[in-house]
Amino acid sequence: MRKVLLPSLIIIAAILLVLRLFYLQIIDDSYKLKSDNNAIKIKYDYPERGYIYDRNGKLLVANQPSYDIMVIPRELKNIDTLEFCQLLDITKEDYVEKIAKAKVYSPRLPSVFLAQLNKSEFAAFQEKIRKFEGFYFQKRSLRDYQVNYGANVFGFITQVNEKLIAKNPYYNSGDLIGRQGVEESYEEVLRGIKGVKYYQKDKYNREIGSFKEGKYDTISVQGEDINLTLDAVLQEYGEELMINKRGGIVAIEPKTGEILALVTAPSYDPAILVGRQRSKNYTLLYRDSIAKPLYDRGLLAEYPPGSPFKILTGLVGLQEKVIDEQTTFMCHHGFSYAPGRFMKCHGFGPHQLHNGIYNSCNTYFANVYLRIIGKYSNTPFAVDTWSNHVKSFGLGQFMGYDLPTGKRGKVPTSNTYKKMYPGWGYSGKTIISNAIGQGEVLMTPIQLANMMATVANEGYYFTPHIIKKIQGQKIDAKFTTKHVTTIDKKHFKPMISGLFDVYNLGTASSLRVEGIDICGKTGTAENYAKINGVRTKMEDHSIFVAFAPKDNPKIAIAVMIENGGFGATIAGPIASLMIEKYLRNKITRTDLEKRILERSLQDRYAKLGGQSEAVKQEMRRRDSILKSKMIVPKIIIDTTKH
Amino acid sequence: MKNQSLTNNIDWISIIIYIVLVLMGWLNIYSSSLSSMEGTADKQLIFIIFTIPLIFIILYVDGKFYEKYASIIFGFALLSLAGLFVFGKTIAGQRCWYGIGSFTLQPSEFAKAATALALAKYLSDSQINLKDVNRQIQALAIVFLPVLLILPQPDPGSALIYSVFIIVLYREGLPAWYVLSGFVAILLFVLTLVLEPEYVILISLIVIVIYHFKSRLGDRNIVLSSIFFALISGFVLSVSYVFQHVFKQHHRDRFNILLGKSVDMKGIGYNTNQSEIAIGSGGWFGKGFLEGTQTKGGFVPEQHTDYIFTTVGEEWGFLGSLLVVALFVGLFLRIIYLAERQKTKFSRVYGYCVAGILFIHFFVNIAMVLGIFPTIGVPLPFFSYGGSGLWGFTILLFIFIKMDANKVNEW
Repeated sequence: MRKVLLPSLIIIAAILLVLRLFYLQIIDDSYKLKSDNNAIKIKYDYPERGYIYDRNGKLLVANQPSYDIMVIPRELKNIDTLEFCQLLDITKEDYVEKIAKAKVYSPRLPSVFLAQLNKSEFAAFQEKIRKFEGFYFQKRSLRDYQVNYGANVFGFITQVNEKLIAKNPYYNSGDLIGRQGVEESYEEVLRGIKGVKYYQKDKYNREIGSFKEGKYDTISVQGEDINLTLDAVLQEYGEELMINKRGGIVAIEPKTGEILALVTAPSYDPAILVGRQRSKNYTLLYRDSIAKPLYDRGLLAEYPPGSPFKILTGLVGLQEKVIDEQTTFMCHHGFSYAPGRFMKCHGFGPHQLHNGIYNSCNTYFANVYLRIIGKYSNTPFAVDTWSNHVKSFGLGQFMGYDLPTGKRGKVPTSNTYKKMYPGWGYSGKTIISNAIGQGEVLMTPIQLANMMATVANEGYYFTPHIIKKIQGQKIDAKFTTKHVTTIDKKHFKPMISGLFDVYNLGTASSLRVEGIDICGKTGTAENYAKINGVRTKMEDHSIFVAFAPKDNPKIAIAVMIENGGFGATIAGPIASLMIEKYLRNKITRTDLEKRILERSLQDRYAKLGGQSEAVKQEMRRRDSILKSKMIVPKIIIDTTKH
Repeated sequence: MKNQSLTNNIDWISIIIYIVLVLMGWLNIYSSSLSSMEGTADKQLIFIIFTIPLIFIILYVDGKFYEKYASIIFGFALLSLAGLFVFGKTIAGQRCWYGIGSFTLQPSEFAKAATALALAKYLSDSQINLKDVNRQIQALAIVFLPVLLILPQPDPGSALIYSVFIIVLYREGLPAWYVLSGFVAILLFVLTLVLEPEYVILISLIVIVIYHFKSRLGDRNIVLSSIFFALISGFVLSVSYVFQHVFKQHHRDRFNILLGKSVDMKGIGYNTNQSEIAIGSGGWFGKGFLEGTQTKGGFVPEQHTDYIFTTVGEEWGFLGSLLVVALFVGLFLRIIYLAERQKTKFSRVYGYCVAGILFIHFFVNIAMVLGIFPTIGVPLPFFSYGGSGLWGFTILLFIFIKMDANKVNEW
């Protein structure tokens, strides 16, 4: 037995060691991670972000160097806080708070201590940075805006948030990312690809050479420059015209679907969202829930389109052969479509399609709509037929344009009405307000502009887009694919002629531009706001849509002015000024221009001022057919949608 | 003819394992010293080359020489240990080296082999019977004489190694209760540190009382049981006292880290933590030769000496570590097998000593690196950097290989 003791001990000991090894090396994999944190230092090489040009090659957005002060809390040693804070112009409390925050993130890993200092802010600190062990700087490039407009189109650059870091492995804490506008939708193109260098480090955190001879290192890829479809001159002019107004302008080149101008008002100078002031300014913009400068009205404001929608009513009527150009309806300042139900109209006398359009006769289009819905004994089927025609103009859907925000708008279907009127049937008369764009239909300005582009093209459109060229890359094929409507080409001619006479004989006759044939349509959306708890009718939203020239159209435009009153008073002039600016690059009617530039609606908006939110801002269908139903526009700034 | 007898009958299995271990050791030293300790691997290579003449000399010397001069060698070893108090060179607070030029020599590495020879010589006398208490005392004196000289250097690691001789003595007839009380002492020691001494004493009392009545020891033996209990209580209390009052803080910390009582990964727990990270990050197959990030970064202190096994774990992974453990175990079992085969008691005892000494180094070292034994300075045989260690272990092993080769000619 004595012989067995030592061999047994050896074998037991060996088993013990192997079990321990198995536990350390195979079962518990936390050591692997610790080892990487321990020994490998990753350095990123951030490429310069791509420049942004307009359609004519004018530089809009470039870059400027900026500096992030980084801190590794564990390595802080004997910091002269007083001097440090003075150099960076921060308070002692700031310092303590930021260090504490960095420690919570990780005592061992670098955190951004102070982000985005510009050259002059950084200069003084740079000389002394050696004195502050544990701090170092990281050079970045920040946006340098060459223009003071287009903020809503560009979007901005910000630090990536923790949620995205967790979701997208490309980003690390402190990385910059495009938010909103083209900075967001073309983030991957503009940012390029950052280079990664792995360094082996030793226990003192010193680099001792590259890791595995740079086997895993990658070289950064420059961000690509992009050309927008935007016309810088037109964009700037549009923003100028919108000063002291609220609303949106969308201009599209009908032949291509290129967005020439995308204006929202109020807007802001994109430069205020750069550098150290960014976060303060952003908060100010974000908190302004009444004027909502971050809310792109051109893309997001959904309203009942009003009169411009009559264009589609007419076109569907022609297509469904329930009317022709000669079909006549009599108007007696309105239309009594049921006992006690009366739709007002400013027109009087016999109306055909042509004068129905330029006089914007409610009676005429109500009758057309009744015929469309009455064509089939199966009302839901008739509604869906109408709905599909309307949808073929890009309505009631995200259009697929390359900007990160948007709204669907709304085109009702038989399902909509099944839910609205459960248990009892409905007829064309029940939903007649759709005829004049005051029913369940909702449209955004970009949808209105696209509708006009489609009419200008006599039946097709290209998905609106903001990208013209990406360095070395064709733009997405979906922007060069024709979308053809369900309306035959021949039906557009009479409609266009009617729209042309809106300027000659109709509601916009005062807005004619000598030498340019413009086709357009006024519109008005009633709206209400709660002021001191009382629901008060506000000045109508002013809507105007147009395209020009009549033959071979170059521009289609939609203008929406919140509380702008009758369509022809503010929205109409703005549309015609924009058209003239774009087609001629100069303005002949300087008096009109001056009047519009000086026109301020701030007194009207001031009434809303006491109100906390535009949530309370209400809109209502204009007609009295149904009991007033409130449509409450959402004010959530939708930045997440793609 | 000389040449022939030099390699005649030698055990090639042991020698091949030895060569493989030494070469593997060198590769790991090369890797661990690559980025931070220039010249270390070159020096070790010189040490390795010097083992070749050393081995030939050992094999050349007549097998009877070691038995004949064992006492003199032992005496010389004791003198060299004692001489440290006068001529020794102090490195890192330890006075265990002789300085010869830029080289240093650590006599305690050679004293192990000398003690093994002396013990073998003493036990080889057929008159010796370890049932005799006087003989027991004499045998233990041989073992503890060098310990007395090593402990104050202070070098508790080397001193710890000598405890393995108890197992050798047990093989040769030392009563079992020595070994048993050794294990009981270790158990009580650990329990005392984990629990409070009062609880340990209480538990011992309960165990003794139960044993006393279960075994029906009767009234006559109650005195014996009481003495036994008193001894245990005394031991526990003195352990507690020594731990609290004699041990320095850093000794206490080493135990506390191990027992999970305190965690301070930056300070005292650093070594163990870093070596666990290095080994743990190796996974199944390791990161590959020269690819260990922890090794390159120099995170593990003393990596080329006492912590050399971390490089094995990190760069060669679980399978590489398993191979090293298997090679060592193979060598130990081979030596024990050879020892049992010896014709003379002298070479059997010596063989046992060799296996025991190598084994306790191996176990204590790797257990420490893996964080299941307190931090203590014990090298891994054939692996750890250092000329004295390598030569000491080589001499230890090859004297036995020579004896084993000689056994055929002995009659």
